Amino acid sequence: MATIHVDIVSAEGQIYSGKAAMVFVPAVQGEIGIAPRHAPLLTTLKAGEVRVQPAEGGDELGFYVGGGALEIQPQRVTVLADTAMRAKDIDEAAAQAAKQRAEEALKNAKDQIELAEAQAELARAAAQFKALQRLRKTPTA
Amino acid sequence: MPGAKEIRGKIASIKSTQKITKAMEMVAASKMRKAQDRMRAARPYAEKMHDVIGHLRLANPDYRHPWLVERPVKSVGLIVISTDRGLAGSLNVNVFKQALTTIREWQGQGAQVQLCLVGSKGLQFFRRLKLPIAASITHLGDRPHVADFIGTVKVMLDAYSEGKIDRLYLINAEFVNTMSQKPVVRQLLPAEVVKSADLQERWEYIYEPSAAELMEGLLMRYVESQVYRGAVENVACEMAARMVAMKSATDNAGKLIDELQLIYNKARQAAITKEISEIVGGAAAV
Repeated sequence: MATIHVDIVSAEGQIYSGKAAMVFVPAVQGEIGIAPRHAPLLTTLKAGEVRVQPAEGGDELGFYVGGGALEIQPQRVTVLADTAMRAKDIDEAAAQAAKQRAEEALKNAKDQIELAEAQAELARAAAQFKALQRLRKTPTA
Repeated sequence: MPGAKEIRGKIASIKSTQKITKAMEMVAASKMRKAQDRMRAARPYAEKMHDVIGHLRLANPDYRHPWLVERPVKSVGLIVISTDRGLAGSLNVNVFKQALTTIREWQGQGAQVQLCLVGSKGLQFFRRLKLPIAASITHLGDRPHVADFIGTVKVMLDAYSEGKIDRLYLINAEFVNTMSQKPVVRQLLPAEVVKSADLQERWEYIYEPSAAELMEGLLMRYVESQVYRGAVENVACEMAARMVAMKSATDNAGKLIDELQLIYNKARQAAITKEISEIVGGAAAV
C-alpha cells in the first residue's frame, strides 16, 4: 500500500512524525484530504483538527492545530502548526500591548544617561565580577 | 566570652544563606535541563520552516518578498533578550555589553537604533539610554511560549515593512556549555534563510492563497520561531549561569563558616582559660 510521510511540528516541539495512509487537514479554503502522491501544494491552515490515518492501520489520530501552514510533496506532508490562535486583530492587539509596555517603562525611567556612561557602568560591573572571582580563587588565609 | 554569641549568630545566618544558595543551585540545574530539552524540541520546526521557505523561493525565483531583500541601512532594530531575575553571574552584563557594542557600531555608520526588549533586566538597563524602545515584554517565566512573542515581534516586523528599520537583529546569550555562555548577534531581517543549492528537488506548487501571502505568513512565523528559540536558549543560559553562581556562593559560604567556627572555638577556649586562671589565682590567694 502506498503511504505518505507526515510531520506535524510546532515551534515548541514535534507533535507527530510517521507514515500515513491518508491525512486530513483544515486548510484555509476548506478541509482537504491528502492521499499518497498528492500534487505539491502550499497553503495556510485555519484552526481545526488534523486527522491522520496511520499506515499500519488502527485508529485515526487527531491533533488540534491553531492554524499554521501546510506543505505537500508527493511523498511527504509537513504541517507547521501554530500553538496559539492567530488572527489579524488578535496579533494587532498583542502588538499594541507590546508597544504600550515599552512606553510605560520609558515613562517610569527616572534618569536618562548617555551610551558612554552605560558602557562604563557595564565595564565596572564586569570588572567587579572578575575581581570577585579572583578573590574567590585565592585561598583566604 | 567576648563576641562568642555574635559569632554564633553569624554562623547560623550564613548557614541558612548557604541552604538557600544550595537549593537555588539544584533548582537551576533541573530547570536548565528542561530548558535544554525545549531548545532541542524547537529545532524540527525551524528546520522544516527553513525547508518550506526554501522550496517556495526556489519555485518562485522572480518573486522577492520585502523581508528577503537587502536595502541600504538607515536604521536598525535590535531585539535584546535578557533574564527577568538576577543572581545569574555576568550573563546579562555580557549580553548588554554586546548590545552596546552593536549599537555603537551602527551609530558610527550613521544609522538610527531602535530597541525591542525581552526580559525585565534589559528593560531596566536600556530604558535609561536615550534610545527609542519600540516594544518590550517581561515576566515570561521559565517556560516562554511562542504566543508571548507574537505582539513584540509584530511591532518590529511592521516597523520593517513600513521602512522604519532596515535591518533586524536578535541578541541573546548562546548556550555553549554549562560553564560558558556567550552573547551572539543574529540577523533576522532581511531573512538569510535559504541555501538553494541544498534543495535538489523542484516542485511546481499549487498555492492557496497566493505565493506572496503564503511567504509573508511563513516568514513571520520563521522570525517568531527564531525569537522564541533565542528566548528558550536564554533561559537555559540563565539557569546554567545561576547554577554556577550559586555553586560558588555555596562553596564560599562553607569557607566562611569554617573560618568563623575557628574564630569561635578560639574565643571560647580563651574564655575558658581565662576563667580557670582566675579560679586558680583566687584559690592561691585564699
